[in-house]
Amino acid sequence: MADSNGKQTPLLDELEKGPWPSFVKEIKSMAKESPMCQDLLGQLEKSYGEKRGYWKHGGIVGVMGYGGGVIGRYSFLNEEFPHVAHFHTIRINQPSGWFYTSDAIRTLCDIWEKHGSGLTNMHGSTGDIVFLGTQTSELEPIFKELTEKDFDLGGSGSDLRTPSCCVGQSRCEWACYDTMQLCDHLTHHFQDELHRPAFPYKFKIKCAGCPNDCVASVARADMSIIGTWRDNIQIDQAAVKAYADGGMNIERDICGNCPTKCMQWDGKTLTIDNSNCVKCMHCINNMTKALRPGKDRGATILLGAKAPIVDGALLSSVLVPFIKLEPPYEELKDLIERIWEFWGEHGKNRERTGELIQRVGLGNFLEAIGVEPIPEMVAHPRENPFIFYEEYLEEGDEEE
Amino acid sequence: MARTAQEVADAMFELVKEYQGKKKFKAGDLTKAMIEKFGQADCDKQLCKTAIRTLMDSGRCVYTYFGGSFIELPPKEGAEGG
Repeated sequence: MADSNGKQTPLLDELEKGPWPSFVKEIKSMAKESPMCQDLLGQLEKSYGEKRGYWKHGGIVGVMGYGGGVIGRYSFLNEEFPHVAHFHTIRINQPSGWFYTSDAIRTLCDIWEKHGSGLTNMHGSTGDIVFLGTQTSELEPIFKELTEKDFDLGGSGSDLRTPSCCVGQSRCEWACYDTMQLCDHLTHHFQDELHRPAFPYKFKIKCAGCPNDCVASVARADMSIIGTWRDNIQIDQAAVKAYADGGMNIERDICGNCPTKCMQWDGKTLTIDNSNCVKCMHCINNMTKALRPGKDRGATILLGAKAPIVDGALLSSVLVPFIKLEPPYEELKDLIERIWEFWGEHGKNRERTGELIQRVGLGNFLEAIGVEPIPEMVAHPRENPFIFYEEYLEEGDEEE
Repeated sequence: MARTAQEVADAMFELVKEYQGKKKFKAGDLTKAMIEKFGQADCDKQLCKTAIRTLMDSGRCVYTYFGGSFIELPPKEGAEGG
């Protein structure tokens, strides 16, 4: 296929081969009616040929009063490809759990085909609905039409990014709290933080209903809220026996793969030492009819994950081992605000919370936000040298 | 004497205007500067938050993104950020 200048796109064509979905195929499909997509193909082909990116990012774009939701993108090749001289991205706050009516999707597509390239990303890694490619002059009209249909922009820049969640209790029996309700509540409660960037850098909240963590919050969110339970795993011994009778090697495949070896199978009864269970979900995932999370459910709050942008990647660490999550979530909101307060005061420009904790030390951070250090915050004894349990030292004890 | 959001917004605008082209301010920088200028008793973080909203809604300043989000004067006609 040719781009807007009539040139062929042999390098892009390569990306259409194979059994997997191809973004090139989708752009070509839209290019039949969108000059913007034709120029996009041309610029991409040139980029691949010359091994160089021709986008410049950032700048002064947005809608009145908002600091987030629009990611400015301009082409260095605006004379050669004038239709992508501006190619801004718009993030739109997705509904919790990504549930839509077909009417809602048609509404979004109609607005976007009228004002932009027609290309979407459902959904971006932030969780938002992503509209790819429009001009500065179209931003306010798009925003107006979106808000008239009860949609709002999501987060971008140094603000609270659009909170996201797994489908939770709407479709998943393992969900230990109502992720969609919490996500919706936090989104509405922190509207100012979402739309008006006031942080040292971005802050992401992701809500996962169980330790399977389907939204990968432990790797991607500054604050990961992961469902868990604190009583015993529910066991249906007859169903366990049925699995065994059906050929499952429970000793090898279930007990043998338990990370803390807290399970035993004697051929008739499965027993679990719940005090040593680390909620890995392996046994529950493999014997879905026989095992269920406990009944005393809530969530673990972890803090500090990030991808390697300024510094290296971090995974979240436990901050609160167990919290009951029920509306109006005052305890959680209060904790979030204390974290933001300290981060806003002491965070450097472009420093994420995980990096801040590493810089100031977990002990100092916990003291500042008023959280007591507890053993659950470290994976192994003495792993974290910043925490000292002075109360365990008595006079005369030798300090190491 | 406690300040109003409009007064703080005006002071923020003057600060941004004075340093335009020399220094970029984040919302946190403006908040700290206002608390220092007016004193914690007369100007707290919540008031600064309201003042920033007042300032941005007035259109006298805009948010920009250059590796982080900043508050700046709007571009002059014909000058485009990139």
